[in-house]
Amino acid sequence: MKEEIIIAGFGGQGVLFMGRILAYGGIMQDQEVTWMPSYGPEMRGGTCNVSVILSDNKISSPILSRFDTAIILNQQSLDKFESRVKPGGVLIYDPNGITRHPERKDIKVCRIDAVDEATKLGNAKAYNMIVLGAYLKVKPVVSMENVVKGLRKSLPERHHHLMEMNEKAISVGMNAVEIL
Amino acid sequence: MAEKILMKGNEAIAYAAINCGCDGYFGYPITPQSEVMETLMQEKPWETTGMVVLQAESETSSINMVYGGACCGKKVMTSSSSPGISLMCEGLSYLAGCELPCLVVNVMRGGPGLGTIQPSQSDYFQATKGGGHGDYRTIVLAPASVQDMYDFVDLSFELAFKYRNPVMILGDGIVGQMMEKVELRPAKPRRTDEEVRALCDSWATLGKPASREGNIVTSLALDAEIMERFNIHLQNKYATIEANEARYETYKTEDAEYLIVAFGCMSRICENVVELAREDGIKLGVLRPITLYPYPEKALDALVPQMKSIMSVELNSGQMVEDVRRIAAGRVPVHFYGRQGGAIPSPEEIYEAFVKKIKK
Amino acid sequence: MDINEIIKPENKVYGKSPVLKDAVMHYCPGCSHGTVHKIIAEVIEEMGIQDKTIGISPVGCSVFAYNYLNIDWQQAAHGRAPALATATKRLMPDKYVFTYQGDGDLASIGTAEIMHACNRGENIVVIFINNAIYGMTGGQMAPTTLLGQVTATTPYGRDAKLNGYPLKITELIAQLEGTCYVTRQSVQSTAAVRRTKRAIRKAFENSMMDKGTSFIEVVSTCNSGWKTSPVAANTWMEENMFPFYPLGDMKDR
Repeated sequence: MKEEIIIAGFGGQGVLFMGRILAYGGIMQDQEVTWMPSYGPEMRGGTCNVSVILSDNKISSPILSRFDTAIILNQQSLDKFESRVKPGGVLIYDPNGITRHPERKDIKVCRIDAVDEATKLGNAKAYNMIVLGAYLKVKPVVSMENVVKGLRKSLPERHHHLMEMNEKAISVGMNAVEIL
Repeated sequence: MAEKILMKGNEAIAYAAINCGCDGYFGYPITPQSEVMETLMQEKPWETTGMVVLQAESETSSINMVYGGACCGKKVMTSSSSPGISLMCEGLSYLAGCELPCLVVNVMRGGPGLGTIQPSQSDYFQATKGGGHGDYRTIVLAPASVQDMYDFVDLSFELAFKYRNPVMILGDGIVGQMMEKVELRPAKPRRTDEEVRALCDSWATLGKPASREGNIVTSLALDAEIMERFNIHLQNKYATIEANEARYETYKTEDAEYLIVAFGCMSRICENVVELAREDGIKLGVLRPITLYPYPEKALDALVPQMKSIMSVELNSGQMVEDVRRIAAGRVPVHFYGRQGGAIPSPEEIYEAFVKKIKK
Repeated sequence: MDINEIIKPENKVYGKSPVLKDAVMHYCPGCSHGTVHKIIAEVIEEMGIQDKTIGISPVGCSVFAYNYLNIDWQQAAHGRAPALATATKRLMPDKYVFTYQGDGDLASIGTAEIMHACNRGENIVVIFINNAIYGMTGGQMAPTTLLGQVTATTPYGRDAKLNGYPLKITELIAQLEGTCYVTRQSVQSTAAVRRTKRAIRKAFENSMMDKGTSFIEVVSTCNSGWKTSPVAANTWMEENMFPFYPLGDMKDR
């Protein structure tokens, strides 16, 4: 198994953290992983992306030009990455703020209204976990058990009381994702 | 099985330093390597191993703190990125001239000048051919993974003390910023005062016991004859390093008719190029120098006769290719492909360039 | 009378400190360095810390200080001695660590290093020789060269418009929270030598008390660089240097 993912959006949406949980989940199921962020001015509020690779075998290039899955959280990222999803691949996006929706017909396009769902949950910070849930529903590459382990590894000790909230947000995302 | 932790290359440098008994880190913030010092400050190793961590007022000061610490026979290090390393080159020359062990990590970014904070390999010349003034050499290790970043810290100190010479880990923004899983190694305690005394008393400034004269750590010799003798001594040491310490890896070179030479992260990207080529029936392999100084000359030399052509792939305008051409010595064509200024080529892009070169 | 009849313990009135090596100093006759070296050696001897003292020598005439005091020495790059001393003291806190720096080394090229080492309150001793000129390189203008003073690079005298003003770096250092003891002394007379020696001893003692940095400026002569005789140099220093660089403690806590 090899899954090459790009997660792209604005800084502050929790893009890097989401990638980190996926990567840790991969380690928990004994896979090879890489997590490669964009860094620089993006870190300070602009666009931000991270590519994550999960693989049963040794990973050569951590730098990708094509992806199995693109998780897209703003218009700039959609414009940049839609064309780079492999034919037959998956594009998951949050329509909030999107004016030009995905157009490709040769890929599976899924929609998650994560902003709305986070508002309903009353926790804007749960946003990225809702998106993660949507992804895991469409592509169950990491088991829920390993995601939870990955989450526990990624959260600092002092935030472990938030585990339950995060798990709940993941299941909200799993239920809310819509395959178009 | 040892625990596997997900971490960035920069964090791996910090954890490895604490783990392998490093005595002191002195640094100055610069992107894309600031996580090294941030992680050390977060971990507070002075409360556990007794390791000193200090944010200096400049890279100039950092490297001179390393100089002072190295004079004391301690395992000391700094880290920076390209513009900061330029500032440290004076100090590196002194450290080499005084035959002092130390570790300098360069997480390269694009230049020249202030350049970009994106990854680059454009400090190959600076790292392997000098940087500072005088006839000196720095042992240079090129990590391609986060595990390499972690493992090379201990290896660097081993080599630094074995040869009493500065060692550089020459990474780039990719290995610095990327996270991968790292297998932690058994911890080595810091050397005790007695151990340092036993190992370094013949040259280090540990305080002069009654049994010996004061040690003087200096690179100064105004007498040309003495200076030449010292230079010859250094060159002999470098010859020993060249004979014993060249490290490399190969990927599918056994039956290869074409060769890509690439170091650091580029070697991994080029492994994907090999797969693309082999799908098309082209027998391509990769040679990855792990030590850039000493360069794996014999390994490359031995591969040259079986190749129809060689291509050096680098994140610069063509620096290592000069060494590849030197070693190929006109026996086969040597091509170059590179991107500069922070751009990173995809495997497809490199493959396309490779096909163009061999069809010419 | 035979010389061996004179050299007897009961006739001894002065002995060279055993911390000083037998090497003949390269300093010019009349230079202050030799005197300061001697009193540092005496302080080290009297405190019994020869095995615990690390010296950091600069670039300048006193680069060779390591040839004269029999202790462990590091020889720094130009201006960087306080950085070496910082690491040395932090890695070996039980050692007495001092830098020995001239005015070009400390107050020009090494300004950042000395300010920040003092500001961090490193528990080190700084001995700063201010003779208002670059001695080793042949008498060029130093940051502390007085206005009107003739040097190889101010052949018509230091002009504030062209060269800026003489730098009272010790006054700046005294402002820094990290320093505990800042004083300006000299070595042109027996009384002055005694005062400087007391200051150096206090500084070495401070460095084991976690009080911060001790900084001793020694206003000095460079009769070769000043192109005058040793005696005239002393007079010139008293008449011109002391009014601008007044002696005494600036800070002692």
